[in-house]
Amino acid sequence: MHNKTIAEISRDLASGEYSSTELTTDLLNRVKQLDGDINSFITVTDEQALAQAKAADERRAAGNADAWTGVPIAHKDIFCTNGVLTTCGSKMLSNFEAPYDATVVSKFNDAGAVSLGKLNMDEFAMGSSNESSFFGPVANPWDKERVPGGSSGGSAAAVAARLVPGATATDTGGSIRQPAALCGVTGLKPTYGRISRWGMIAYASSLDQAGTITRTAEDAALMMNVMAGFDPKDSTSVDREVPDYTSSLDNSIEGMTIGLPKEYFRDDLSADMQQQVRNAIAEYEKMGAKVKEISLPNTHLAIPAYYVIAPSECSANLSRMDGVRFGYRCEDPKDVEDLYCRSRGEGFGNEVKRRIMIGSYALSAGFYDAYYKKAQQVRRLIRNDFTNAFNDVDVIMGPVTPTPAFKRGEKTSDPVEMYLEDIFTIALNLAGLPGMSVPCGQVNNLPVGLQLIGNFFDEGRLLNAAHKFQQATDWHLKTPADI
Amino acid sequence: MEWEVVIGLEIHAQLATKSKIFSGASTAYGADANTQACAVDLGLPGVLPVFNEDALRMAVKFGLAIDAEIGLKSVFDRKNYFYPDSPKGYQTTQLHHPIVGMGHIEIELDNGETKRINVTRAHLEEDAGKSVHEGFDGMSGIDLNRAGTPLIEIVSEPEMRTAKEAAAYFKKMHSIVTYLGICDGDLSQGSMRCDCNVSLRPKGQEEFGTRTEIKNVNSFRNVERAINAEIERQMDILEDGGKILQETRLYDADKNETRAMRSKEVENDYRYFPCPDLLPVIIDQDYVDAVAATLPELPNAKRTRFESEHGLSATDAGVLAANRELADFFETAAKAASDYKLAANWVQGDVSAALNRLEISIGELSITAEQLGRILQLIKDSTLNNGGAKEVFNALIDGKGDDVDGLVDSLGLKQVSDTGTIEEIVAKVLADNPKLVEGYLATPVEKRGKAMGPFIGLTRKAAAGVNPQVVMEVLKKKLEELG
Repeated sequence: MHNKTIAEISRDLASGEYSSTELTTDLLNRVKQLDGDINSFITVTDEQALAQAKAADERRAAGNADAWTGVPIAHKDIFCTNGVLTTCGSKMLSNFEAPYDATVVSKFNDAGAVSLGKLNMDEFAMGSSNESSFFGPVANPWDKERVPGGSSGGSAAAVAARLVPGATATDTGGSIRQPAALCGVTGLKPTYGRISRWGMIAYASSLDQAGTITRTAEDAALMMNVMAGFDPKDSTSVDREVPDYTSSLDNSIEGMTIGLPKEYFRDDLSADMQQQVRNAIAEYEKMGAKVKEISLPNTHLAIPAYYVIAPSECSANLSRMDGVRFGYRCEDPKDVEDLYCRSRGEGFGNEVKRRIMIGSYALSAGFYDAYYKKAQQVRRLIRNDFTNAFNDVDVIMGPVTPTPAFKRGEKTSDPVEMYLEDIFTIALNLAGLPGMSVPCGQVNNLPVGLQLIGNFFDEGRLLNAAHKFQQATDWHLKTPADI
Repeated sequence: MEWEVVIGLEIHAQLATKSKIFSGASTAYGADANTQACAVDLGLPGVLPVFNEDALRMAVKFGLAIDAEIGLKSVFDRKNYFYPDSPKGYQTTQLHHPIVGMGHIEIELDNGETKRINVTRAHLEEDAGKSVHEGFDGMSGIDLNRAGTPLIEIVSEPEMRTAKEAAAYFKKMHSIVTYLGICDGDLSQGSMRCDCNVSLRPKGQEEFGTRTEIKNVNSFRNVERAINAEIERQMDILEDGGKILQETRLYDADKNETRAMRSKEVENDYRYFPCPDLLPVIIDQDYVDAVAATLPELPNAKRTRFESEHGLSATDAGVLAANRELADFFETAAKAASDYKLAANWVQGDVSAALNRLEISIGELSITAEQLGRILQLIKDSTLNNGGAKEVFNALIDGKGDDVDGLVDSLGLKQVSDTGTIEEIVAKVLADNPKLVEGYLATPVEKRGKAMGPFIGLTRKAAAGVNPQVVMEVLKKKLEELG
C-alpha cells in the first residue's frame, strides 16, 4: 500500500481496494517503525489521522467521496494547524499551538484528505540540510549518514521513505527543489502568489511560496488542484483562474523549446552531475523537444542578493517571537529587555540568529541603499534575465544542486559553502517563477534532480514536461535500498 | 536677545473605521482588555495583514479637505522596534510614499487675521496597544485592543510661531477631521494626540535652532501650556549661553513642565523597509474624484457662507462653523424661524450655556433644533416674550415635555397682544390710580417717557403675559388722550 502514489490511492479507495482507515493505519505503523532513524516527523497526529480516515470512509460509504477523500498526506511544520503544535523546527515555537489552520491546511481538510502529522524542517526554513532543526537532523533515506537537503527535508525524506505519498512544503530559495533532488522525489515550487501564505510562518515574505513534494508529477498536479488559488486573507496571493493541472499532463511536448542556461553548466557542476542532466535533456530531445542554449547573465548575483533580501525580511518577520505572547519564554526575566534578550537568545538557533543579524545590519541607517536597495535592483535584473529568456524558450532546464546529498556535518562549519547549495535554485525565488525538481539519474547511488523552470503561472506546462519525462523514464520509481 | 519660536506639530488621529486597519477586529473603545484583538492584532506566527479600504477612503478624504496632493501610489513600510505593546516588533506605517502629500489649512489669529499653515504630509499607520503598569504585582499587563487601530499622522511644516497658533492649528485640525466624520475627535479617549516640535532661534536667523519633541499631548489647552513651558525652558538655557539637546520630552500637566524621556526610550534605528506582506496601494483619479464628491462643506467654507448668506458677523460665523453639529443645529433652527441672527444669538447664548452647564455635546441635548426653531418663531410672532421663551427652552432642556406649543399653553406663557383687551386693562389701571395719572400729567413732556414706567409695571401686574410692546403703545395713546 505504501508504495502507491496519490493517484493510485485515489483510484484504490474509490474501487474499495482498501479503506482509508487501513491505509492510514499502515502508514502510521510505518512511521513508527522507520521514522526513528529518519526523523522526518516532528509531530505524528495518530488519533486525528484515524478520526479523519474514519470520517472519510463514512463519507465514501454514504456515496459522497471525491478524489481526495481519505488520501493521506503530511504538512511541513511551517503550516499552522489548529490545535496541533506548529514548531517551525524551532525551540522558540516548541510549545506553540495556533488557534487557526493555514489556508493550505484547511483546503486539504476541506478536500477530505487525512493528515498524518507535521514534518521536520530547518529552523524557520533557514537551511539546506535540515541540520538546523531544534528537533534534530533528518536522515536521507538513501544514505542515513547524509542530509536530505532543506529546508523541507522532512517532507522530502518522508515521501522518499514511503511514509506518506505526498507532503506540503515551502520554498524560499530552493527549499522544495533541493531536498526533492537529494531524496529522489518530485518537488514543485509554484509561481509566487499562486498559493496562499496565510498561516504559513513567514521566513522571507516576498520569496516564500508553498508547494508540493510527491513521487510523481501527476501527484503534484493533484495537490496543486487543492492548494492553488486566490485567498482574500493574503494580499500577495494572485486572483487568477486555477486550471485543472491534471488536464495538461499528457499534452505532447513535440516542438517544445528547452533553454539551457550556459551559466548553469560551468565548472562548479561536476562532470558526473552534468552527465545526468544532459542525459535527461537527451530524453526530451527524443520526445521531440528542441534545445537552445541561453544566457542568464546575472545568475552570479542571485546568492548575494538573496542573502540581503531574505535576512532583511526575516529580521522583521521574526521580531514577533519575543517571549511576550506565545512561544518560548526564558526563566525569571529581570525586566522586559532581559525577557527579549534571553527568550530570543535561548529560543533561536545559530543559523536563525546569523540571518537576523545580517538582515538587521543590511537595513540599518546608512547601509540600506548599499545593501537592501541594491539587492532589490539586482532582483529586477535577474527577473529581466528570465523574462528575456522566455521570449525564446518554453521551459528552462538545468541542474538543481551542484552535488548529490552530502554527509551530515560536512558543511555546517562553513555557512557560505552551505549557501552555495542553492546556487541554481535561488534565482527563481527572486524572480517569482515556478520551478520543479524531477529525479533524473544517480551519482554514486544517490539521486540527482533535473530542474525545470517555467514562465509565470506556467505550472501546467512544467507538470506536463515532468510527467512526460516520468512516462519515459523510471528514476522517480527508484526506492532507497533500506525502504 | 530676542528669540523667535518655531513650532511644528505631528497629530495622530484615529480613523473612525469599524474594523482595524489590517484585520477584521472591532475598533470600538472601552471593551475588556484583549477582547478586540484577533490573531492578526496579536501578531501570531503565520498571520497576514489585509488593508482596510475604509481607512484609505478616509485618508483620501482628509487629503482633499486640506487641498493636498493625493498619493496615487502609497507604500506601507515596517518600522522596527521592540516594545511589549507592539506585538509584531514593527509598526506598519508609510515612510517614503504617504497617501497624502503637501497640503495646507488656515487658522484664525487673535487679531482676526488668518494664517496659512502648510501640511508636509499625512500618512496611514497602525496604532500600538497599551501597557498597563498597575495591578500586576511588579509585572506589566498588555492590552492589545487598540493595536491595529488605523491612524493618520498629520505632519505640519514648522510654521507656527506661538503656542497659541499651535493650539489654533490643533483645534482647526480637530474641527476638520470631525467635520469629515473620519475621526470622533474624542481627546480624552486618545482619538487625537499631538507631538509638538519646539525650537528657538535668534530673531532674524534663518537656520533653525535645535528642537525638542514633546510627545503625546492630548488637549488643546495642554498643547498651549506644554509649548509655553518648553519655550520658557529653552529660553532660560539659551539666555544662559547653554545648548538645547535634541530629545523627546513629556509634559507634566500637574507641574506645568516638560521633562526628558529616558534616552533608552527614544534611541532607535528603525530599519524601515517596504512591508513585503502588503502590495503598494494604487488608486486612480476616478477614485479620488468619487471621494471628493462625498466631501461635506468644510469649516472655512461654512464660515464664509454664514457671513455672506446669513449676514452673521465674522466672529459669530467662526464660532458657529467650528463645530459641524453646532453649525447644523444653528442652521436648522434658523431656517425654521427664518431669522439667522436671532438663532445665532440663541445658539451662542442659551444653547452654549446649557451645553457647558450640563457638560454634554449638542447631540445629547434634549432640545432639538426644530424645537428651538419653533420657540424663535413664537418670539417673532409675539406669542412669546423673551422671558417666556427662556422658560419654554429650560422646560425642554429639563425634559419636562417635548411639545413647544403645548408647553406655552400649560405654563401660561402666551402673550396677550390683543389691543382691545389691553386697552381695557390699561383703562382700568388708569382709573384705579388717579394720583399717578395726575403726577404724570404734571411731568414735563420731555420727561414723560420715564414717568410711564409705573404704569407698565401695574399693567403687567394686572394681567401676566401681556405684550410689553403693545402695552407701551396703548399707554402712550391713552395718556396722550388725557392731556
